[in-house]
Amino acid sequence: MRFYEFEAKALLAKQRVPLPKGGTAETAEEARKLAADIGGAVVLKSQVLSGGRMKAGGVKFAETPDEAAGIAEEIMKLEISGQLPKCVSVEQKAAVAKEYYLGVTYDAVAKLPVMIVSDMGGIDIEEVAEQHPDHVAKAHFSTLTPFTDFRAKELIASLGIKGRELTQLTSIVARLVRVFQQYDLTLAEINPLAQLEDGSFVALDCHLDMEDEARDRHQGVLDELGIAPDETRQGRPPTEFEIRGARVDQVDPRGVAGRVVEFEGNLGCVIGAGGGSLTIFDAIQKHGGKPANYCEIGGNPSVRKAAELTKLILSKPGVKKICVIMNVVSNTRVDIVARGVIKGVVEAGFDPADKIAIFRIPGAWEKDGFAILDKYGVEYCDRSVSMSEAARRAVEKVKSGA
Amino acid sequence: MFVRVDLTPEAASDKELAKKLAQICPVDIFEVDGGGSVKIVEENVDECVLCELCIEAAPPGGVKIVKLYSDEVLQR
Repeated sequence: MRFYEFEAKALLAKQRVPLPKGGTAETAEEARKLAADIGGAVVLKSQVLSGGRMKAGGVKFAETPDEAAGIAEEIMKLEISGQLPKCVSVEQKAAVAKEYYLGVTYDAVAKLPVMIVSDMGGIDIEEVAEQHPDHVAKAHFSTLTPFTDFRAKELIASLGIKGRELTQLTSIVARLVRVFQQYDLTLAEINPLAQLEDGSFVALDCHLDMEDEARDRHQGVLDELGIAPDETRQGRPPTEFEIRGARVDQVDPRGVAGRVVEFEGNLGCVIGAGGGSLTIFDAIQKHGGKPANYCEIGGNPSVRKAAELTKLILSKPGVKKICVIMNVVSNTRVDIVARGVIKGVVEAGFDPADKIAIFRIPGAWEKDGFAILDKYGVEYCDRSVSMSEAARRAVEKVKSGA
Repeated sequence: MFVRVDLTPEAASDKELAKKLAQICPVDIFEVDGGGSVKIVEENVDECVLCELCIEAAPPGGVKIVKLYSDEVLQR
Protein backbone atom coordinates (compact mmCIF):
# COMPACT_ATOMS: atom_id res chain seq x y z
CA MET A 1 0.00 0.00 0.00
CA ARG A 2 1.50 3.24 -1.15
CA PHE A 3 1.41 6.36 0.99
CA TYR A 4 0.94 9.83 -0.37
CA GLU A 5 4.10 11.88 0.02
CA PHE A 6 2.58 13.99 2.80
CA GLU A 7 1.57 10.85 4.71
CA ALA A 8 5.01 9.33 4.21
CA LYS A 9 6.56 12.49 5.57
CA ALA A 10 4.28 12.29 8.61
CA LEU A 11 5.72 8.83 9.30
CA LEU A 12 9.28 10.06 8.77
CA ALA A 13 8.57 12.93 11.14
CA LYS A 14 7.74 10.41 13.88
CA GLN A 15 11.37 9.24 13.65
CA ARG A 16 12.59 12.85 13.52
CA VAL A 17 13.88 12.66 9.95
CA PRO A 18 14.52 16.31 9.00
CA LEU A 19 11.81 17.66 6.69
CA PRO A 20 11.12 21.00 5.04
CA LYS A 21 8.72 23.35 6.75
CA GLY A 22 5.26 23.07 5.21
CA GLY A 23 1.84 21.44 5.07
CA THR A 24 -0.96 20.48 2.74
CA ALA A 25 -3.75 22.49 1.14
CA GLU A 26 -6.96 21.50 -0.55
CA THR A 27 -7.85 25.00 -1.74
CA ALA A 28 -6.05 27.97 -3.18
CA GLU A 29 -6.79 29.95 -0.04
CA GLU A 30 -5.22 27.29 2.19
CA ALA A 31 -2.16 27.26 -0.07
CA ARG A 32 -1.91 31.05 0.13
CA LYS A 33 -2.03 30.93 3.93
CA LEU A 34 0.57 28.15 4.15
CA ALA A 35 2.91 30.02 1.80
CA ALA A 36 2.51 33.19 3.86
CA ASP A 37 3.22 31.28 7.10
CA ILE A 38 6.32 29.65 5.58
CA GLY A 39 7.58 32.94 4.14
CA GLY A 40 9.73 33.20 1.02
CA ALA A 41 9.71 30.90 -1.98
CA VAL A 42 7.75 27.64 -1.76
CA VAL A 43 7.39 24.46 -3.76
CA LEU A 44 3.91 23.10 -4.47
CA LYS A 45 3.51 19.42 -5.22
CA SER A 46 0.51 17.43 -6.41
CA GLN A 47 -0.33 14.63 -3.98
CA VAL A 48 -1.00 11.68 -6.26
CA LEU A 49 0.03 8.04 -5.93
CA SER A 50 2.27 8.21 -8.96
CA GLY A 51 5.76 9.10 -10.01
CA GLY A 52 6.63 11.55 -12.78
CA ARG A 53 4.94 14.50 -11.09
CA MET A 54 7.58 16.99 -12.15
CA LYS A 55 7.35 16.02 -15.85
CA ALA A 56 3.55 16.11 -15.67
CA GLY A 57 3.55 19.65 -14.29
CA GLY A 58 2.53 18.61 -10.80
CA VAL A 59 5.53 20.25 -9.10
CA LYS A 60 5.92 24.02 -9.31
CA PHE A 61 7.62 26.85 -7.45
CA ALA A 62 6.07 30.08 -6.22
CA GLU A 63 7.75 33.24 -4.99
CA THR A 64 4.71 34.78 -3.28
CA PRO A 65 1.55 33.61 -1.46
CA ASP A 66 -0.60 34.90 -4.33
CA GLU A 67 1.41 32.95 -6.85
CA ALA A 68 1.18 29.87 -4.59
CA ALA A 69 -2.61 30.20 -4.51
CA GLY A 70 -2.81 30.35 -8.32
CA ILE A 71 -0.50 27.37 -8.78
CA ALA A 72 -2.36 25.33 -6.16
CA GLU A 73 -5.60 25.91 -8.04
CA GLU A 74 -3.98 24.71 -11.28
CA ILE A 75 -2.44 21.64 -9.69
CA MET A 76 -5.70 20.60 -8.00
CA LYS A 77 -7.28 20.37 -11.47
CA LEU A 78 -4.32 18.58 -13.07
CA GLU A 79 -4.77 14.86 -13.70
CA ILE A 80 -1.59 12.79 -13.42
CA SER A 81 -1.65 9.15 -14.52
CA GLY A 82 -5.44 9.27 -14.39
CA GLN A 83 -5.56 10.67 -10.86
CA LEU A 84 -6.63 14.00 -9.51
CA PRO A 85 -4.59 15.06 -6.47
CA LYS A 86 -5.83 14.38 -2.96
CA CYS A 87 -4.31 17.74 -2.01
CA VAL A 88 -1.29 19.93 -2.71
CA SER A 89 1.74 20.09 -0.47
CA VAL A 90 3.22 23.52 0.12
CA GLU A 91 6.80 23.48 1.42
CA GLN A 92 9.66 25.83 1.89
CA LYS A 93 11.88 25.91 -1.20
CA ALA A 94 15.24 24.48 -0.20
CA ALA A 95 18.60 25.99 -1.10
CA VAL A 96 20.10 22.72 -2.29
CA ALA A 97 23.85 22.23 -2.45
CA LYS A 98 23.90 18.47 -3.12
CA GLU A 99 21.38 15.64 -3.43
CA TYR A 100 21.55 12.10 -2.04
CA TYR A 101 19.43 8.98 -2.43
CA LEU A 102 18.53 6.79 0.55
CA GLY A 103 16.47 3.63 0.24
CA VAL A 104 15.50 0.55 2.19
CA THR A 105 13.75 -2.39 0.58
CA TYR A 106 13.80 -6.19 0.46
CA ASP A 107 16.29 -8.10 -1.60
CA ALA A 108 14.28 -11.11 -2.72
CA VAL A 109 17.39 -13.00 -3.79
CA ALA A 110 19.27 -12.51 -0.51
CA LYS A 111 15.98 -12.78 1.43
CA LEU A 112 17.09 -9.86 3.56
CA PRO A 113 16.31 -6.17 3.78
CA VAL A 114 18.85 -3.96 2.11
CA MET A 115 19.93 -0.34 2.62
CA ILE A 116 20.93 1.62 -0.46
CA VAL A 117 22.74 4.95 -0.40
CA SER A 118 23.92 7.09 -3.27
CA ASP A 119 25.59 10.48 -3.37
CA MET A 120 23.82 11.10 -6.67
CA GLY A 121 20.24 11.72 -5.64
CA GLY A 122 17.33 13.32 -7.40
CA ILE A 123 17.30 10.91 -10.33
CA ASP A 124 16.23 7.27 -10.69
CA ILE A 125 18.45 5.06 -8.58
CA GLU A 126 18.31 2.37 -11.29
CA GLU A 127 19.86 4.85 -13.73
CA VAL A 128 22.59 5.77 -11.25
CA ALA A 129 23.29 2.08 -10.51
CA GLU A 130 23.68 1.41 -14.22
CA GLN A 131 25.72 4.44 -15.23
CA HIS A 132 27.61 5.24 -12.02
CA PRO A 133 27.82 2.03 -9.98
CA ASP A 134 30.66 3.48 -7.90
CA HIS A 135 28.20 6.05 -6.55
CA VAL A 136 25.81 3.45 -5.12
CA ALA A 137 26.43 1.44 -1.97
CA LYS A 138 24.26 -1.39 -0.67
CA ALA A 139 24.29 -3.41 2.54
CA HIS A 140 21.97 -6.08 3.83
CA PHE A 141 20.89 -6.24 7.44
CA SER A 142 19.06 -8.73 9.57
CA THR A 143 15.60 -8.35 11.00
CA LEU A 144 16.47 -10.90 13.69
CA THR A 145 18.92 -8.69 15.55
CA PRO A 146 18.49 -5.04 16.54
CA PHE A 147 19.68 -2.61 13.90
CA THR A 148 22.72 -0.60 14.92
CA ASP A 149 23.62 2.77 13.46
CA PHE A 150 27.12 1.50 12.86
CA ARG A 151 25.84 -0.61 9.91
CA ALA A 152 24.55 2.58 8.30
CA LYS A 153 27.81 4.39 9.03
CA GLU A 154 29.88 1.64 7.39
CA LEU A 155 27.70 1.78 4.32
CA ILE A 156 27.86 5.56 3.92
CA ALA A 157 31.60 5.62 4.59
CA SER A 158 32.08 3.12 1.74
CA LEU A 159 31.12 5.95 -0.63
CA GLY A 160 34.01 8.04 0.71
CA ILE A 161 31.76 10.31 2.77
CA LYS A 162 33.48 11.59 5.89
CA GLY A 163 33.24 14.00 8.79
CA ARG A 164 30.07 15.93 9.58
CA GLU A 165 28.24 14.61 6.50
CA LEU A 166 28.94 11.04 7.57
CA THR A 167 27.59 11.66 11.07
CA GLN A 168 24.44 13.40 9.87
CA LEU A 169 23.70 10.90 7.11
CA THR A 170 24.22 7.96 9.47
CA SER A 171 21.51 9.23 11.72
CA ILE A 172 19.07 9.77 8.83
CA VAL A 173 19.71 6.36 7.23
CA ALA A 174 19.29 4.64 10.60
CA ARG A 175 15.99 6.47 11.15
CA LEU A 176 14.79 5.44 7.72
CA VAL A 177 15.62 1.81 8.54
CA ARG A 178 13.62 2.14 11.76
CA VAL A 179 10.62 3.55 9.89
CA PHE A 180 10.94 0.64 7.44
CA GLN A 181 10.93 -1.90 10.26
CA GLN A 182 8.40 -0.20 12.52
CA TYR A 183 5.69 0.05 9.87
CA ASP A 184 6.33 -3.20 7.96
CA LEU A 185 7.28 -1.35 4.82
CA THR A 186 8.34 -2.97 1.58
CA LEU A 187 9.98 0.21 0.33
CA ALA A 188 11.22 3.35 2.07
CA GLU A 189 12.92 5.89 -0.13
CA ILE A 190 14.08 9.44 0.37
CA ASN A 191 14.96 10.90 -3.00
CA PRO A 192 16.31 13.44 -2.94
CA LEU A 193 17.73 13.93 0.49
CA ALA A 194 19.08 17.44 0.07
CA GLN A 195 22.18 18.82 1.69
CA LEU A 196 21.47 22.51 2.03
CA GLU A 197 23.93 25.30 1.57
CA ASP A 198 24.31 25.56 5.36
CA GLY A 199 25.39 21.90 5.49
CA SER A 200 22.20 20.54 7.05
CA PHE A 201 20.07 17.81 5.48
CA VAL A 202 16.38 17.70 4.64
CA ALA A 203 14.21 15.02 2.98
CA LEU A 204 12.64 16.75 0.00
CA ASP A 205 10.70 13.81 -1.38
CA CYS A 206 9.97 10.32 -0.17
CA HIS A 207 8.12 7.18 -1.12
CA LEU A 208 6.89 4.62 1.42
CA ASP A 209 5.02 1.39 0.63
CA MET A 210 3.49 -0.72 3.40
CA GLU A 211 3.05 -4.47 3.04
CA ASP A 212 -0.68 -4.94 2.38
CA GLU A 213 -0.87 -7.88 4.76
CA ALA A 214 0.48 -5.70 7.58
CA ARG A 215 -2.28 -3.10 7.44
CA ASP A 216 -4.18 -4.66 10.33
CA ARG A 217 -1.10 -4.36 12.55
CA HIS A 218 -0.92 -0.63 11.90
CA GLN A 219 -4.55 0.38 12.03
CA GLY A 220 -3.73 2.95 14.70
CA VAL A 221 -1.31 4.92 12.57
CA LEU A 222 -3.46 4.46 9.47
CA ASP A 223 -6.43 5.89 11.38
CA GLU A 224 -4.22 8.77 12.46
CA LEU A 225 -3.41 9.44 8.79
CA GLY A 226 -7.08 9.17 7.86
CA ILE A 227 -6.63 6.06 5.71
CA ALA A 228 -9.80 3.98 5.73
CA PRO A 229 -9.50 0.17 5.88
CA ASP A 230 -11.18 -0.17 2.48
CA GLU A 231 -8.93 2.37 0.77
CA THR A 232 -7.05 0.12 -1.66
CA ARG A 233 -4.34 2.61 -2.66
CA GLN A 234 -3.77 1.10 -6.07
CA GLY A 235 -1.97 3.20 -8.64
CA ARG A 236 -5.30 3.68 -10.40
CA PRO A 237 -8.94 3.10 -9.45
CA PRO A 238 -9.95 -0.58 -9.73
CA THR A 239 -11.78 -1.60 -12.90
CA GLU A 240 -15.21 -3.26 -12.78
CA PHE A 241 -13.45 -6.55 -13.58
CA GLU A 242 -11.12 -6.09 -10.60
CA ILE A 243 -13.98 -5.15 -8.29
CA ARG A 244 -15.80 -8.32 -9.32
CA GLY A 245 -12.59 -10.27 -8.70
CA ALA A 246 -12.39 -8.92 -5.15
CA ARG A 247 -16.00 -9.98 -4.59
CA VAL A 248 -15.17 -13.52 -5.72
CA ASP A 249 -12.47 -13.70 -3.08
CA GLN A 250 -14.84 -12.45 -0.39
CA VAL A 251 -17.40 -15.21 -1.01
CA ASP A 252 -15.91 -17.33 1.77
CA PRO A 253 -12.75 -17.39 3.87
CA ARG A 254 -11.26 -20.52 2.35
CA GLY A 255 -8.07 -19.84 0.42
CA VAL A 256 -7.42 -17.06 -2.04
CA ALA A 257 -8.95 -16.75 -5.49
CA GLY A 258 -8.68 -13.11 -6.34
CA ARG A 259 -6.25 -10.20 -6.35
CA VAL A 260 -7.24 -9.78 -9.95
CA VAL A 261 -5.57 -7.13 -12.07
CA GLU A 262 -6.91 -6.46 -15.54
CA PHE A 263 -4.73 -6.39 -18.65
CA GLU A 264 -5.53 -6.19 -22.34
CA GLY A 265 -4.38 -9.65 -23.46
CA ASN A 266 -6.18 -12.72 -24.75
CA LEU A 267 -4.86 -15.44 -22.45
CA GLY A 268 -6.82 -15.65 -19.19
CA CYS A 269 -4.69 -16.62 -16.22
CA VAL A 270 -5.68 -18.76 -13.24
CA ILE A 271 -2.29 -18.70 -11.61
CA GLY A 272 -0.63 -18.67 -8.22
CA ALA A 273 1.05 -20.49 -5.34
CA GLY A 274 4.12 -19.34 -3.48
CA GLY A 275 4.91 -16.36 -5.68
CA GLY A 276 4.04 -18.33 -8.79
CA SER A 277 1.73 -15.68 -10.17
CA LEU A 278 4.47 -13.20 -11.00
CA THR A 279 6.77 -15.89 -12.40
CA ILE A 280 4.01 -17.29 -14.61
CA PHE A 281 2.87 -13.85 -15.71
CA ASP A 282 6.45 -13.03 -16.74
CA ALA A 283 6.85 -16.40 -18.47
CA ILE A 284 3.74 -15.82 -20.57
CA GLN A 285 5.12 -12.49 -21.74
CA LYS A 286 8.58 -13.95 -22.33
CA HIS A 287 7.04 -16.48 -24.71
CA GLY A 288 5.21 -13.77 -26.61
CA GLY A 289 1.83 -14.22 -24.92
CA LYS A 290 -0.54 -11.50 -23.80
CA PRO A 291 -2.04 -12.11 -20.37
CA ALA A 292 -5.61 -10.89 -19.99
CA ASN A 293 -5.23 -10.65 -16.24
CA TYR A 294 -3.06 -11.20 -13.22
CA CYS A 295 -4.53 -13.08 -10.28
CA GLU A 296 -3.55 -15.07 -7.24
CA ILE A 297 -4.98 -18.42 -6.35
CA GLY A 298 -3.76 -20.49 -3.42
CA GLY A 299 -4.35 -21.60 0.14
CA ASN A 300 -6.96 -24.11 -1.04
CA PRO A 301 -9.92 -22.01 -2.14
CA SER A 302 -13.32 -23.65 -2.36
CA VAL A 303 -14.53 -25.17 -5.61
CA ARG A 304 -17.10 -22.36 -5.85
CA LYS A 305 -14.45 -19.65 -5.51
CA ALA A 306 -12.22 -21.22 -8.16
CA ALA A 307 -15.25 -21.64 -10.43
CA GLU A 308 -16.38 -18.04 -10.00
CA LEU A 309 -12.86 -16.72 -10.67
CA THR A 310 -12.70 -18.83 -13.83
CA LYS A 311 -16.09 -17.56 -14.99
CA LEU A 312 -15.05 -13.99 -14.33
CA ILE A 313 -11.87 -14.36 -16.40
CA LEU A 314 -13.77 -16.05 -19.23
CA SER A 315 -16.31 -13.24 -19.22
CA LYS A 316 -13.63 -10.72 -20.16
CA PRO A 317 -13.93 -9.73 -23.83
CA GLY A 318 -11.07 -11.00 -25.96
CA VAL A 319 -10.09 -13.94 -23.75
CA LYS A 320 -9.53 -16.88 -26.08
CA LYS A 321 -8.32 -19.47 -23.60
CA ILE A 322 -7.23 -19.76 -20.01
CA CYS A 323 -4.11 -21.30 -18.58
CA VAL A 324 -4.15 -22.84 -15.12
CA ILE A 325 -0.61 -22.87 -13.82
CA MET A 326 0.68 -22.99 -10.27
CA ASN A 327 3.86 -23.74 -8.44
CA VAL A 328 4.04 -27.15 -6.73
CA VAL A 329 1.22 -27.02 -4.20
CA SER A 330 1.07 -28.57 -0.76
CA ASN A 331 -1.82 -27.06 1.17
CA THR A 332 -3.77 -26.28 -1.99
CA ARG A 333 -5.31 -29.37 -3.55
CA VAL A 334 -4.93 -30.09 -7.24
CA ASP A 335 -8.28 -31.88 -7.42
CA ILE A 336 -10.20 -29.05 -5.77
CA VAL A 337 -8.75 -26.44 -8.16
CA ALA A 338 -9.38 -28.78 -11.12
CA ARG A 339 -13.00 -29.16 -10.05
CA GLY A 340 -13.43 -25.42 -9.64
CA VAL A 341 -11.86 -24.46 -12.95
CA ILE A 342 -13.76 -27.11 -14.93
CA LYS A 343 -17.01 -26.20 -13.20
CA GLY A 344 -16.42 -22.54 -14.04
CA VAL A 345 -15.71 -23.31 -17.70
CA VAL A 346 -18.79 -25.52 -18.01
CA GLU A 347 -21.03 -23.00 -16.25
CA ALA A 348 -19.73 -20.32 -18.61
CA GLY A 349 -20.94 -22.49 -21.48
CA PHE A 350 -17.62 -23.70 -22.84
CA ASP A 351 -15.87 -27.02 -23.35
CA PRO A 352 -13.02 -27.42 -20.84
CA ALA A 353 -10.93 -29.34 -23.38
CA ASP A 354 -11.07 -26.35 -25.71
CA LYS A 355 -11.00 -23.47 -23.27
CA ILE A 356 -8.26 -24.64 -20.90
CA ALA A 357 -5.01 -24.32 -22.85
CA ILE A 358 -3.02 -26.09 -20.17
CA PHE A 359 -3.42 -27.20 -16.57
CA ARG A 360 -0.14 -27.42 -14.71
CA ILE A 361 -0.66 -27.80 -10.98
CA PRO A 362 1.50 -30.48 -9.41
CA GLY A 363 1.24 -31.41 -5.76
CA ALA A 364 -1.31 -32.54 -3.24
CA TRP A 365 -4.05 -34.82 -4.56
CA GLU A 366 -2.72 -34.66 -8.10
CA LYS A 367 -3.83 -38.22 -8.86
CA ASP A 368 -7.44 -37.22 -8.32
CA GLY A 369 -6.88 -33.92 -10.06
CA PHE A 370 -5.42 -35.57 -13.14
CA ALA A 371 -8.30 -38.08 -13.19
CA ILE A 372 -10.74 -35.17 -13.33
CA LEU A 373 -8.77 -33.52 -16.15
CA ASP A 374 -8.62 -36.83 -18.05
CA LYS A 375 -12.38 -37.14 -17.86
CA TYR A 376 -12.86 -33.69 -19.39
CA GLY A 377 -10.09 -34.06 -21.96
CA VAL A 378 -7.99 -31.18 -20.60
CA GLU A 379 -4.27 -31.12 -21.41
CA TYR A 380 -2.28 -31.21 -18.20
CA CYS A 381 1.24 -31.78 -17.01
CA ASP A 382 3.02 -32.58 -13.79
CA ARG A 383 6.09 -31.09 -12.10
CA SER A 384 8.43 -32.54 -14.73
CA VAL A 385 7.23 -29.66 -16.95
CA SER A 386 8.41 -26.25 -15.75
CA MET A 387 6.03 -23.33 -15.26
CA SER A 388 7.83 -21.58 -18.10
CA GLU A 389 7.32 -24.50 -20.47
CA ALA A 390 3.66 -24.74 -19.47
CA ALA A 391 3.28 -21.03 -20.18
CA ARG A 392 4.95 -21.51 -23.57
CA ARG A 393 2.53 -24.31 -24.48
CA ALA A 394 -0.44 -22.16 -23.48
CA VAL A 395 0.82 -19.23 -25.54
CA GLU A 396 1.34 -21.49 -28.57
CA LYS A 397 -2.21 -22.81 -28.29
CA VAL A 398 -3.67 -19.32 -28.19
CA LYS A 399 -1.57 -18.27 -31.18
CA SER A 400 -2.45 -21.32 -33.25
CA GLY A 401 -6.06 -21.43 -32.12
CA ALA A 402 -5.66 -25.14 -31.39
CA MET B 1 -20.32 -32.97 -11.42
CA PHE B 2 -17.48 -34.60 -9.54
CA VAL B 3 -18.83 -36.33 -6.44
CA ARG B 4 -22.04 -38.10 -5.45
CA VAL B 5 -23.08 -38.85 -1.89
CA ASP B 6 -25.25 -41.94 -1.39
CA LEU B 7 -27.09 -42.75 1.82
CA THR B 8 -29.00 -45.90 2.56
CA PRO B 9 -32.68 -45.30 3.47
CA GLU B 10 -31.88 -46.35 7.05
CA ALA B 11 -29.03 -43.84 7.35
CA ALA B 12 -31.08 -41.08 5.71
CA SER B 13 -33.89 -41.42 8.25
CA ASP B 14 -31.62 -41.76 11.30
CA LYS B 15 -32.23 -38.59 13.32
CA GLU B 16 -29.12 -38.94 15.48
CA LEU B 17 -26.96 -39.57 12.44
CA ALA B 18 -28.49 -36.54 10.72
CA LYS B 19 -27.34 -34.27 13.56
CA LYS B 20 -23.90 -35.85 13.58
CA LEU B 21 -23.41 -35.53 9.81
CA ALA B 22 -24.54 -31.90 9.82
CA GLN B 23 -22.03 -31.20 12.58
CA ILE B 24 -18.98 -32.95 11.20
CA CYS B 25 -19.05 -32.21 7.48
CA PRO B 26 -16.45 -29.45 6.92
CA VAL B 27 -18.16 -28.24 3.74
CA ASP B 28 -21.82 -28.42 4.87
CA ILE B 29 -23.00 -31.17 2.57
CA PHE B 30 -25.48 -32.43 5.19
CA GLU B 31 -28.37 -30.68 6.90
CA VAL B 32 -31.13 -31.83 9.17
CA ASP B 33 -34.47 -31.50 7.40
CA GLY B 34 -37.78 -30.48 8.99
CA GLY B 35 -38.55 -34.06 9.98
CA GLY B 36 -35.13 -34.60 11.56
CA SER B 37 -33.78 -36.74 8.72
CA VAL B 38 -30.60 -36.21 6.71
CA LYS B 39 -30.85 -33.73 3.84
CA ILE B 40 -28.09 -33.46 1.25
CA VAL B 41 -27.27 -29.92 0.18
CA GLU B 42 -26.72 -30.49 -3.52
CA GLU B 43 -24.88 -27.22 -4.23
CA ASN B 44 -22.22 -28.17 -1.70
CA VAL B 45 -21.59 -31.73 -2.88
CA ASP B 46 -18.82 -30.74 -5.31
CA GLU B 47 -17.03 -29.08 -2.41
CA CYS B 48 -16.52 -32.53 -0.79
CA VAL B 49 -12.90 -32.80 0.35
CA LEU B 50 -13.10 -36.60 0.61
CA CYS B 51 -12.26 -36.52 4.31
CA GLU B 52 -14.49 -39.55 4.92
CA LEU B 53 -15.69 -38.25 8.30
CA CYS B 54 -19.30 -38.90 7.22
CA ILE B 55 -18.42 -42.47 6.26
CA GLU B 56 -16.82 -43.02 9.67
CA ALA B 57 -19.77 -41.46 11.50
CA ALA B 58 -22.37 -43.63 9.80
CA PRO B 59 -22.93 -47.36 10.33
CA PRO B 60 -20.97 -49.52 7.84
CA GLY B 61 -22.36 -48.97 4.35
CA GLY B 62 -24.63 -46.12 5.49
CA VAL B 63 -22.82 -43.40 3.55
CA LYS B 64 -20.92 -43.82 0.30
CA ILE B 65 -18.93 -41.19 -1.57
CA VAL B 66 -18.66 -41.82 -5.29
CA LYS B 67 -15.94 -40.10 -7.30
CA LEU B 68 -17.72 -39.51 -10.59
CA TYR B 69 -14.44 -38.92 -12.40
CA SER B 70 -13.00 -42.32 -11.59
CA ASP B 71 -15.94 -44.38 -10.35
CA GLU B 72 -14.01 -45.05 -7.17
CA VAL B 73 -16.35 -45.51 -4.22
CA LEU B 74 -15.35 -44.53 -0.70
CA GLN B 75 -17.22 -46.57 1.89
CA ARG B 76 -16.84 -48.53 5.07
